[in-house]
Amino acid sequence: MTHLHQLPPVAAVLIAIFVVLGSSLALLGSLGLVRLKSFYQRLHAPTLAYSYGTLLIILGSMAMFSLIEERPVVHEIIIGVFMMITTPITLLMLGRASLRRDRDAKLGHDERVPPRTRATDAAKPPAPDQAAPR
Amino acid sequence: MTRMIPHPLLSALLVLMWLLLTRFSMGNLVLGSIIALAAGWSVEHLHPSRPRIRRWRAIPQLMAIVIWDILKSNISVARVLLLGPDHPAYHSGFVELDLQLREQNGLAVLAIILTATPGTAWLEYDAEQSHLTLHVLDLRSEADWQALIRDRYEALLMEIFE
Amino acid sequence: MSALILEYALSYAQIAMVAALCLACLRMIRGPRAQDRVLALDTMYINAMLLFLLIGMGNGNVFFFEGALVIAVLGFVTTVCAAKFLMRGEVIE
Repeated sequence: MTHLHQLPPVAAVLIAIFVVLGSSLALLGSLGLVRLKSFYQRLHAPTLAYSYGTLLIILGSMAMFSLIEERPVVHEIIIGVFMMITTPITLLMLGRASLRRDRDAKLGHDERVPPRTRATDAAKPPAPDQAAPR
Repeated sequence: MTRMIPHPLLSALLVLMWLLLTRFSMGNLVLGSIIALAAGWSVEHLHPSRPRIRRWRAIPQLMAIVIWDILKSNISVARVLLLGPDHPAYHSGFVELDLQLREQNGLAVLAIILTATPGTAWLEYDAEQSHLTLHVLDLRSEADWQALIRDRYEALLMEIFE
Repeated sequence: MSALILEYALSYAQIAMVAALCLACLRMIRGPRAQDRVLALDTMYINAMLLFLLIGMGNGNVFFFEGALVIAVLGFVTTVCAAKFLMRGEVIE
């Protein structure tokens, strides 16, 4: 790893801190995926890796390549923006899919989920577009 | 102008992205501009509701709040994961709230914020009753969450978009 | 000296990411329901992407970044398709 010796000492220590913190957050997220009890709790665990885990590692990588190549290397920011846009979509779709599956009586469920409408609205007939088969 | 470049912000961001992915040169600038214009035209055919931003000055404020909140909730979720799921100091649960924000782009930004924050997950939104179902890892009280979301995010988003 | 610290930090980070991959894989094998497995698969994609970035930093090679970007895009498309399948029972309707 000869390229690491080109870095100024302060920057090397800072990058080391960023990388260690980011990867520890990602490891904690995966640990939570194993430790937590129900699916909806597990849905929160990987967001540690998605938000600050990715951000810290990207910042470390940007700082390192910028200092080594002596020009601003910022293309890692595209991964950051991509993660910021796509993560909510995947987690939201997974959450909705599991909510729908848990409400389906045939499949059974492992956690009590709130019903489709609130109790106050239960007296009203369902809206026609909801009642129609998809 | 609007016929030629239907989505100027999107096209400008795409050109910027293209130049970041490749090295800067005149040829790459031209190629990136062509790709960005084509993307703008194809987005125009999808007919999304065009965002109308009323107050640009509130955007940095919202970003600062979101970055700070994500940092805080990262720390608290990391603590929860280290203490283990059986610790009595917290319990998780569903939260149901009513939103006042109706504007589509504002709702999309709110969904991004709430999902990107560890500890809250956006599960379902009912557009007719503007009723939102969340799952929260560290549940304090339902009214608390309603007040937090309404005062911290929803007010600012309504200022920006509506 | 500081280069040595950075070298150790990168090694630790790579080992941590491999451990995270193994933990997510464990959840994918054990996962009681389909949505647990999809969530674990998504986590594995993200961890693999971060591992690629870290290997690129360790080698001083910028081109691992492209691999990481491809993994991120693939992970997004895979998870959205799987979630859509879980929700509707078909991907394209």
